[in-house]
Amino acid sequence: MTTTESSSVAATRGEARRQATADSVYKPKDGLLLEVDDLFVEFHTDDGVAKAINGVSFDLYQGETLAILGESGSGKSVTAQAVMGILDMPPARITGGQVRYCGQDLLTMPDEQRRKTRGPEISMVFQDALSSLNPVFPVGWQIAEMFRQHRGMNKSDAFERAIKLMQRVQIPAAKERVKAYPHQFSGGMRQRIMIAMAIALDPAVLIADEPTTALDVTVQAQIMGLLQELQEERQMGLILITHDLGVVADVADKIAVMYAGRIVERADVYDLYRQPAHPYTKGLLESIPRLDLKGQNLAAIGGLPPNLMRIPPGCAFNPRCRYAQPLCTQDRPELREVLPSREAACHFSEEVLNG
Amino acid sequence: MGKYIVRRLLQMIPVILGATFLIYAMVFALPGDPTAGKCGERPCPPAYVAKFREEHNLNDPLLVQYGKYLGKLAQGDLGTSFYGIPVKEELAKRYVTTGKLALMAVAWETLIGIFAGVLAGIRKGKFIDNLVLVSTLLVISIPVFVIGATLQMFLGVRMGLFPVTVSSQATFYELLLPSFVLASASVAYIARLTRANMVENLRADYVRTAIAKGLTRRRAVGLHTLRNSLIPVVTYIGVDIGALLGGAIVTERIFNIQGVGGFLFRSIGARDGVAVVGTVTALVVVYLFANLLVDLLYGVLDPRISHD
Repeated sequence: MTTTESSSVAATRGEARRQATADSVYKPKDGLLLEVDDLFVEFHTDDGVAKAINGVSFDLYQGETLAILGESGSGKSVTAQAVMGILDMPPARITGGQVRYCGQDLLTMPDEQRRKTRGPEISMVFQDALSSLNPVFPVGWQIAEMFRQHRGMNKSDAFERAIKLMQRVQIPAAKERVKAYPHQFSGGMRQRIMIAMAIALDPAVLIADEPTTALDVTVQAQIMGLLQELQEERQMGLILITHDLGVVADVADKIAVMYAGRIVERADVYDLYRQPAHPYTKGLLESIPRLDLKGQNLAAIGGLPPNLMRIPPGCAFNPRCRYAQPLCTQDRPELREVLPSREAACHFSEEVLNG
Repeated sequence: MGKYIVRRLLQMIPVILGATFLIYAMVFALPGDPTAGKCGERPCPPAYVAKFREEHNLNDPLLVQYGKYLGKLAQGDLGTSFYGIPVKEELAKRYVTTGKLALMAVAWETLIGIFAGVLAGIRKGKFIDNLVLVSTLLVISIPVFVIGATLQMFLGVRMGLFPVTVSSQATFYELLLPSFVLASASVAYIARLTRANMVENLRADYVRTAIAKGLTRRRAVGLHTLRNSLIPVVTYIGVDIGALLGGAIVTERIFNIQGVGGFLFRSIGARDGVAVVGTVTALVVVYLFANLLVDLLYGVLDPRISHD
């Protein structure tokens, strides 16, 4: 694809976004797209109740990239699914909080109204594109389905749009491959198709749940680059969910670090990397392998993440924390401003910041 | 694709040879005299027996008999039964009835089986799911002759809703009840198969994607989930068509249907070797083609399977 074609496609897409915004009943106020406010999610299983999310709050503005960082079971994917409205309920249960999109609470919205936000307003890219795409339908058909369902477009028009999107996400020979099936593509190409599908209707918010985890390192960089490019082109709010600190560094504006279903630290990306304010973040940063420390043992965070059915009292991180004091086992630290525009949930953030 | 079909067709030749030889050898080894009972209460005159044995090559050794039979078979001649009827004609006539019966049975399987399975699958653990699971278990555990005779008794004789026997015309109405009886076990299997696949596929990532795309639940379940869940079901139905076209000995006897199954049963009873081998050969060929069709269909239904 030549650059002129690419820019003309980009131009028409940008126009489409403006059109979509003009038609949409959802108008962001001062660029504020999404407010997650004190969200609680539990999973009710035969073994007991797992408290997956325990009071998560964050905001997302137009053109902003928020990275949610955490290890498996920290609640980052559950947060994304709750925002998206695709949690399996039961076993999941949202026990508190609000998710407001352009001021309207998605959680109390009628189902049909909520469904119509998925795709045109908020959209999602999943981790494993092979299992996330339907194996028995051609990829172009799956992309075109967005236009057919939400825009009532006819088959051939929708296919035309699908081809344009495939070109936009740089799939070679898009016209020829529009009728190919997911298994006929490489992992990176499949993820591009997922992305094309997610951005088809110019959503205001894009959630990417570990979009590069299943990919080769070189492909990872390409996919992240593509996401960043699309986000800038369309001024989307991007939520990037990952456990990979390296992936976040180049792309994100803000980072929220999650642990045991809570946000334990929130900061601009540079501040957080330069000077973490929470012992957990500090531990994570120290556990990144570094070339200049070759031959030394890798610093790891001892212990395991807590069982979500039995989260320790006080600070959930206290059994693994080297700053822990008796206070930490009794009193749960709330997220507080430890420096200007920096928040951490730790009694001893000042100590962590200074050393 | 074309190469694949040619290869499969060539593979049929040894299977047909092997199957016909096995059947031929087994009929050859059967005790009893085919001329017994042909001449009323008394034994047949020796002259008649000698002529009969000569006509049907019964004095030759097994391999010679089989060779002669194969020679005729290669010319499309299935032989003449001991009763003097050309086997081909008899089969052609009876296959019309068996085909109708099989087709109607498949219609029952598809309609009721898939419908019940989908309903149970999307309401897993609810009343309708348990109802389907228990009733299918019941149907599977009751032998078909019990189901057949019971339905014939109540719906046919007592309530007079359906004809009790099937005439030689084998009309649609006459075959309604027999085809349902014939399909009953498969209906239960298909319901369970569909249910299991629905339950599994509803948890699949691509269904989550479908929901995240903002598709209606009807579309996410009825199109994305169902399309994947039906792949093994269609395969089962295909294999079942092959089996049903082999005739239904029990059901045909209960309802007095003039089908292939009854003919085969009667021929075995009469030691009518030519008719048995001819019929079985036809059944084997039909079954092989049904299987080939299923495999080709599989490739169409599931794009991940390639026949190249």
